[in-house]
Amino acid sequence: MSEPRLILEEPLRGGQMWSRVLRRGQTLRLTDVEGGASVAALFYNAEELSERYNMPDTLKAQHTARLTANHVLYSDMGRVLCSVTEDTVGWHDTITGHGTALHNRKKYGEGSYQKLRNDRYCNSRDNFVVELGKYELGKRDIVANLNFFVKVVADAQGALSFVPENSRPGAYVTLRAELHTLIVLSNTPHPMDPRRAYAPRPVALTIRAGLPAAIEDPCRQSCPENGRGFTLTDGYFAGREAAWP
Amino acid sequence: MALVESQLVPEQALFDQVIPAGDGFTYLVKRGQVLRIVDLEGNQAADTLFYDAHEPSNRYSAVDTVREQGNIYLTTGTRLLSTEGDVLLTIVADTCGRHDTLGGACAAESNQVRYALEKKYMHACRDTFLLTIACCTPDLSKRDLAANVNFFMNVPVTSEGKLTFEDGVSGPGRYVEMRAERDVRVLISNCPQLNNPCNGYEPSEVRVLVWGQG
Repeated sequence: MSEPRLILEEPLRGGQMWSRVLRRGQTLRLTDVEGGASVAALFYNAEELSERYNMPDTLKAQHTARLTANHVLYSDMGRVLCSVTEDTVGWHDTITGHGTALHNRKKYGEGSYQKLRNDRYCNSRDNFVVELGKYELGKRDIVANLNFFVKVVADAQGALSFVPENSRPGAYVTLRAELHTLIVLSNTPHPMDPRRAYAPRPVALTIRAGLPAAIEDPCRQSCPENGRGFTLTDGYFAGREAAWP
Repeated sequence: MALVESQLVPEQALFDQVIPAGDGFTYLVKRGQVLRIVDLEGNQAADTLFYDAHEPSNRYSAVDTVREQGNIYLTTGTRLLSTEGDVLLTIVADTCGRHDTLGGACAAESNQVRYALEKKYMHACRDTFLLTIACCTPDLSKRDLAANVNFFMNVPVTSEGKLTFEDGVSGPGRYVEMRAERDVRVLISNCPQLNNPCNGYEPSEVRVLVWGQG
């Protein structure tokens, strides 16, 4: 079977931010080129930016504290923003947030632009503020994010630990947009990553054409909750499929 | 789970109010004041959000709180952190032992996903939050409703990454108490959920007390 039509290939350098509206049905693959990457991500309904990724609703609907293939990302309005259609990593985090300038300074030192130019120590908080600002969004719109390629586990007492080498060179995860979804990415080290040097890893982005989840799609069928989530998502588009933009 | 009791007595409280099941509540807790929430009948969930009273975009952050303390459960000693990394409040007493902050609040839409499409009509925490901020705190809107604390609620996570809603570990009269480290707006929805064991299928009253200088 041939791959669906390629729309865009783009590198996501270490430290870099990125955003794009993925049209309903289009797919985005993130590839961890060297292994050990960490990409913080936020998701919004591009038609109604107040509708956004909701970590608690995503976890409780699917009875999971991690994300992998056949899971979906829920908005606060009971709809599916994106499905996770492929995943060779097995665990993506969404419960431990993202780092700030203060985290970077404490762990890695100053890392200023004056000294390092575009290898400066970037942080996801500032990256999100900047990238969201381009859509007239701001701090109030930053919520609990997803961390692609990151695994943090909780033990029986609830204690958290970061699992190193969760993602191997060439590992990838593919998302399919189920709403017209604004995706905002930031490629910086996770704040719990024990590595002492600031060294975010390169990630490759690939966008392809596609169709929304079919009736027999595994993401739709992975639990009864997701069946209902897709019903609500399909209902949102009923009667106006071709109307946007 | 170590339980820590408080020496404060209700007779000396500055403020004392009961919140019926399904109702909202907001209060400005001043720096140094102590806020107590009491689970009067047991197994209730008090969905709670906190904001820096002077800069509401600096709000409670569940993910920063659990990451910085290295634990997903909230109890005595937990510092409730904001999105800017500030300590909003510190939990100073807890006779329940464990509180959730990953389970979020219920909404009409998420109830449809989780239980059945025909559950849309049921009362939910997000309705309470929206109504409460609309009448009491015009500087807040839906954008400011982020992942909350669920006091008295038990949402265990396994090392394999499973997440479940379990019967509460709380009981009648159990409470949690926290000291405000700056002026904090507290927003509570006393959860009306009837579809899961977060409040024992029987939502009940909680009581809020505040001690300190008025």
